[in-house]
Amino acid sequence: MLRSALNNHPIKIFMEIPYTVKPRPDTGLYNAKVGIWLFLASEVMLFGALFSSYILLRVGAAPGTWPHGLLNVPLGTINTLVLITSSITVVMAWVSLKMNQFGKFRLYQAITLLCALAFLCIKSVEYHDKFMHYQILKTDGTYVDGHLVEKTADHVTLNGFETKDLSEINEPKHGEHHEHKPITVPTAEIKKIGNYGPWHNTYTAIYFTLTGLHALHVIGGALVIGFLWGPGSKMWKTDPERFTNRIEVSGLFWHFVDLVWIFLFPILYLL
Amino acid sequence: MSDQHSDHDISKHVRGYLIVFGALIIGTVLTVWASRIHFGAEGSNTANIVVALIIACSKAFLVAGYFMHLISEKKMIYSILAFTVFFATGLMYLTVWSMEPTNLIHFK
Repeated sequence: MLRSALNNHPIKIFMEIPYTVKPRPDTGLYNAKVGIWLFLASEVMLFGALFSSYILLRVGAAPGTWPHGLLNVPLGTINTLVLITSSITVVMAWVSLKMNQFGKFRLYQAITLLCALAFLCIKSVEYHDKFMHYQILKTDGTYVDGHLVEKTADHVTLNGFETKDLSEINEPKHGEHHEHKPITVPTAEIKKIGNYGPWHNTYTAIYFTLTGLHALHVIGGALVIGFLWGPGSKMWKTDPERFTNRIEVSGLFWHFVDLVWIFLFPILYLL
Repeated sequence: MSDQHSDHDISKHVRGYLIVFGALIIGTVLTVWASRIHFGAEGSNTANIVVALIIACSKAFLVAGYFMHLISEKKMIYSILAFTVFFATGLMYLTVWSMEPTNLIHFK
């Protein structure tokens, strides 16, 4: 630690972080913007690796084992629309600051935060549904597939259907719907039982990995946006240009989160 | 996002943002609608995958191009993204290439 030669008191050195507002002459950009794009580049590789894993798993899956129609398409569609709405509100929040309208900025970012919350709530409902969805392999080789109604020491009751052919569960023929009814299976007849968690098969493993990582990004982005909406917004009074740049950078991250979902939705829910 | 935009420029852009927002909603509806129709040969869903990816790529272009302002960015950002595209494309190419059963990596 540096000390004063006069009275031996510690000397504090304040260094201003350069190029937080003004563009750096060689890049033409403020530093945070270069930083976020470098970070997003690494994120593309992270999700790219997982997408390529998805392709490998899907193409390598044996016929009749890759599930179709397992996810709730209306809920996935609503979540897509929620994220698109949050993308426009993020960009409008930045526009509001550029036009010196702080009140509008607060309003738009509040909507963004509500959208993030709605997205996570809907995702939780979908996850809960998968954890309540069970498949039983009976000792006679029959499969019972459906949602858990009751589980006791003596028996398990599922609201679903029974079949001997696993591909009927994974790849139902177009327009074919099995009639769901409560089916009680005594514990003695159960060879294997498990829910549709990440451990169920390769599809649920990659589904939970991809959507879980994406949900973590939604939480991370919402925390940053929430901070800049709340306590972090004090900077608007002292350094409005720097604050506007912070909003732009957080917005770029949020758009990336939306971008990832644009690809996740069709490959996981629809194809 | 150019850093030297005037208020007038920005308010002009707002209309563009709203048009992109509308296009993204239409794109989402289109994605769901297209998934309910079977394109191509019986027993093959290759055409459906291609259609879904075309719509997804178009939506991604709108978000990246307009919301993230990539259509009017500085050269530095394009340089970073050029590396990203190169490596991400290479990754996907290697993945698809490795699945070809006649490739040398499968010989023992």
